Amino acid sequence: MTEQVVSPVRVRSVGRRLDRADGREKVTGAATYAFEHGEADGVVDPLHVWLVQSTVAKGRVARVDSAAALSHPEVEAVIDHTNAPRLEDTDDRELAILQDDAVGFRGQIVALVLAGSAEAAREGAALVDVSYDVEPHEAELREDNATYRPDSVNPDMETDTEDGDVDAALEQAEVVVDQTYRTPYEHNNPLEPHATIAWWDTVDGRSTLSMFDSTQGVHGVVQSVAPMFGLEPDQMRVRAPYVGGGFGSKGEAHAHVVAAALAARTTNGRPVKLAVTRQQMFALTGYRTATISHVRLGARADGTLTAIEHAVKEQSSAIKEYAEQTASPTRMMYAAPNRRTSHRLALLDVAVPSWMRAPGEMPGMFAHEVAMDELAAACGLDPIELRVRNEPDLDPETGKPFNNRRLLECLQRGAERFDWASRPSEARSLQEGDWWVGTGVAAATYPAMKMPGNSARVRSLGEGRYAVAIGSVDIGTGARTVLTQIAADALEVEPDAIDLAIADSRLPSASVAGGSSGTSSWGTAIVAAAQLFRADHGEAPDAGVETTASAADDPAADQYAFHSFGAVFAEARVNRWTGEIRVPRLHGVYSVGRVINPMTARSQFVGGLVMGLSAGLFEESYRDPRFGHVVTQDLATYHVASHADVLDVGAEWLEESDEAFTPMGSRGVGEIGIVGTAAAVANAAYHATGTRVRSLPLTADLFLD
Amino acid sequence: MRAMTYLRPESPAAAVEMVAATAGAQFLGGGTNLVDHLKLGVTSPELLVDISRLPLDTIEQYDGASGRGLRLGANVRNSDLAAHPVVRSRFPVVARALLSGASGQIRNQATTGGNLLQRTRCVYFQDVTTPCNKREPGSGCSALEGYARYNAILGASDACVATHPSDLAVALAALDAVVVVLGPSGERRVPFDELHRLPGDDPSVDTTLGDDELITAVEIPSTAAGERSTYRKVRDRASYAFALVSVAGALDLDGRTVRDVRIAWGGVAHKPWRARRAEAALVGRELTEDAVRAAVDEELTAARTTDETAYKIPMLRGSTALTLLRLAEEIR
Ligand SMILES: Cc1cc2nc3c(=O)[nH]c(=O)nc-3n(C[C@H](O)[C@H](O)[C@H](O)COP(=O)(O)OP(=O)(O)OC[C@H]3O[C@@H](n4cnc5c(N)ncnc54)[C@H](O)[C@@H]3O)c2cc1C
Repeated sequence: MTEQVVSPVRVRSVGRRLDRADGREKVTGAATYAFEHGEADGVVDPLHVWLVQSTVAKGRVARVDSAAALSHPEVEAVIDHTNAPRLEDTDDRELAILQDDAVGFRGQIVALVLAGSAEAAREGAALVDVSYDVEPHEAELREDNATYRPDSVNPDMETDTEDGDVDAALEQAEVVVDQTYRTPYEHNNPLEPHATIAWWDTVDGRSTLSMFDSTQGVHGVVQSVAPMFGLEPDQMRVRAPYVGGGFGSKGEAHAHVVAAALAARTTNGRPVKLAVTRQQMFALTGYRTATISHVRLGARADGTLTAIEHAVKEQSSAIKEYAEQTASPTRMMYAAPNRRTSHRLALLDVAVPSWMRAPGEMPGMFAHEVAMDELAAACGLDPIELRVRNEPDLDPETGKPFNNRRLLECLQRGAERFDWASRPSEARSLQEGDWWVGTGVAAATYPAMKMPGNSARVRSLGEGRYAVAIGSVDIGTGARTVLTQIAADALEVEPDAIDLAIADSRLPSASVAGGSSGTSSWGTAIVAAAQLFRADHGEAPDAGVETTASAADDPAADQYAFHSFGAVFAEARVNRWTGEIRVPRLHGVYSVGRVINPMTARSQFVGGLVMGLSAGLFEESYRDPRFGHVVTQDLATYHVASHADVLDVGAEWLEESDEAFTPMGSRGVGEIGIVGTAAAVANAAYHATGTRVRSLPLTADLFLD
Repeated sequence: MRAMTYLRPESPAAAVEMVAATAGAQFLGGGTNLVDHLKLGVTSPELLVDISRLPLDTIEQYDGASGRGLRLGANVRNSDLAAHPVVRSRFPVVARALLSGASGQIRNQATTGGNLLQRTRCVYFQDVTTPCNKREPGSGCSALEGYARYNAILGASDACVATHPSDLAVALAALDAVVVVLGPSGERRVPFDELHRLPGDDPSVDTTLGDDELITAVEIPSTAAGERSTYRKVRDRASYAFALVSVAGALDLDGRTVRDVRIAWGGVAHKPWRARRAEAALVGRELTEDAVRAAVDEELTAARTTDETAYKIPMLRGSTALTLLRLAEEIR
């Protein structure tokens, strides 16, 4: 792969609003989502797959009795661990389904039913009779069972860190906050449930596997699934032209993708369609672990921090480790000479957790930013002033300078917008009618990330038009639109001169739409390809000439710590008769590098704020430890914010450009909106009522006298 | 393959006949609850008798031997009922209860009869992989020691702690409505309080109606209190959530003194809970916050709570006081 040293793009379209390239298709229903592909896309006469899930949390499948299902006139086959095609690689025990009789969690896939219609497959699945040799299970996270120390935490960070002497500093501290904060299990719940269409073929004597999949990364699906079937990457093709959200749950292939590929292996080339139901998503497509954060802050009377400790207890599945990096933001947020963080897991007989929007930062900053609010109250300081006094000169974790840390400006701008100056300093001092009224603030942060393994292709179409291709996915964020803008500016043409192709693993490789890294990673590759294309082919290229390139690493960038920052302000009202809590105002101010498209970026910020509000007030997956599965497994019982809960939500950003990070000057916007938001709401609720709630969600019962 | 028969009768009597003739047959109203249960496997009737097209869809004022009031056909849609001018002006608690429930789309589809006979939202009842005495008698109650936030605190039993989810039913309980029922042996009238039952040791039965009895109408008698009535639903999110607790209140004052008061609670029991002891404690008294709180406590002497449901007690105190004090302000 040719590597190109990129130089900053001269922005013309970047920074301006451009309507969504696929807006019309989406609002008119013309956009084709994964499950909807049909004959026009080569999906002819498909069979439907329905998943049969384990009803025990741990044990062995003793027997799968398929007789009743097979006697159903439309059922074609039942696949279980005794007759499923064998996989070449079974190391990943989330993905390697139906290879043996072991049951690692309730809801695990134990059989597949294939039938001519989805209804018949579902009916067939209900007729499969599975019996188990049951073993005792453990499905409850407690402080006393989270003792396992992982080698690293997501994605590859240190498990524990320590600087100075925290215990000594706490002993000498004039003011100490020593509290435990809890966040519940949460499920991503994108609007479009996961779905996969798969079919096998033989091309030039080699097997090929084709898929339409609802995923955040088509290349990632190839990378994880192809080796399991003994395929080279070029024997597999995954497309995801439209995806109805993911929030991390589609960041990696989950077991249903392998289920579709396994089922299709048995049908002599006939495609199979598999849709995961909303209820099944609660067991099969990832979730955020519950977290227990023990935070200790030591400070001088003037609020200057002398010690910060954040010890996290959380859980993973015994069959596959995923360690949420909950304490990671605590490592770089504020200055203090003595600092310690740690992560311990309970390994439970439960579904496999995974990424959910801002893994680590979301639960971690809830704990840390509520603790900061408690420290401000203990020191008699305004919470903004407390943060001003603890602003670090260098990144406390790496010792490097921050490239662009503008947290204080975010706080100040938000304070103006929220008329913070007129806020009473005492809690429980404002009542309007039936409501206690208060305001709160929290800081937000998210690391700027660029992923390896991205390249893009630019081809001249003649007459000043260009085809630009990269295998990235637009999961509803507006990636199609902003990549068009980036390509246009990099080639110095108008956006309508660009034909952008994405979402196909046959296109140059692209990393996942996750970690707020997509635009930075893919955009930089597009700029690299465009700049090399111009260098090689000039301003008036012949039709048909093309360049594929990736961006060379910029060694100079290594000297900085790259993070985005923000400040979230919330107003909370708590009904003094019923305890009900409402948030009439929510405002975020962000520093995220250059905003490439104000319209799509605002959607990300506001969407993140709404999701943070939702986590603050509503979201909680209740896992019943006796059974081992989540029993609030639909959207009637797993509450997300409704329209009536989302009132005045605003977002703005500081004008800036971070060209040390990307040639577009951008750093990424997808996740920071959810960070700190629940803490701002909890701090506002404290200010309103004087009641300090240290666990999410903040429900009415917690505010009753 | 499981075959299911679907029939559309020509008349209410024909509907009753069809259901009476087939064991396990069920009436189908708007289907917003029953169809979910078919999909979840909670119920699997062999015969569905679709009554939603029968002409039981009018709202009429009556003035006769049984007094004065409003008669609601069983097929009146929830949204039409909530929007009806007489309902809004003379029985505001009914309109407000309806509008606090479900969503616009669901209310457009849901019927008056179906709403009253909707079944509990207990998560274990809806999850066929877990024990539930209501769904599968004798299998045990998973909610007793499980997800308990919505559990009953009044009139529950060791066999079942489910709550009735309907908001409309709470309003109708407060107004002393009468349910008109057609069965194989003719019509009968059921006082609202006697429609739903407590679980006892047979929670599989929600009501006192026979399987083959069809609700044809609901009658709401006019009262002075009914005109000063309202509904307050306390819930986690501002819309589209079932009640943690809810209060239907109706009030008639003589100066500052309570002449008539009706209090019914949702979210606390297997049926809409008419708080008659609380009412009795208030009649003839001056309506103050303290008096309401004390009256609520009197009703709740029979309450049984756990750590997860203890919050319902202060929530009922506060929300009942708020409901009645606001009504009193309206009157003055
Ligand atoms: C997501 C969601 C949220 C909801 N939120 C709320 C809420 O907040 N508050 C609330 O009160 N409700 C709520 N509901 C429930 C909704 O109000 C009920 O589903 C609806 O009222 C049922 O009416 P239906 O006509 O659709 O009944 P169906 O589903 O048709 O029937 C329900 C039951 O009644 C029986 N039945 C129907 N009609 C008759 C009749 N005339 N005579 C005898 N038996 C009959 C049926 O056999 C069945 O057993 C919600 C529902 C959903 C899906």
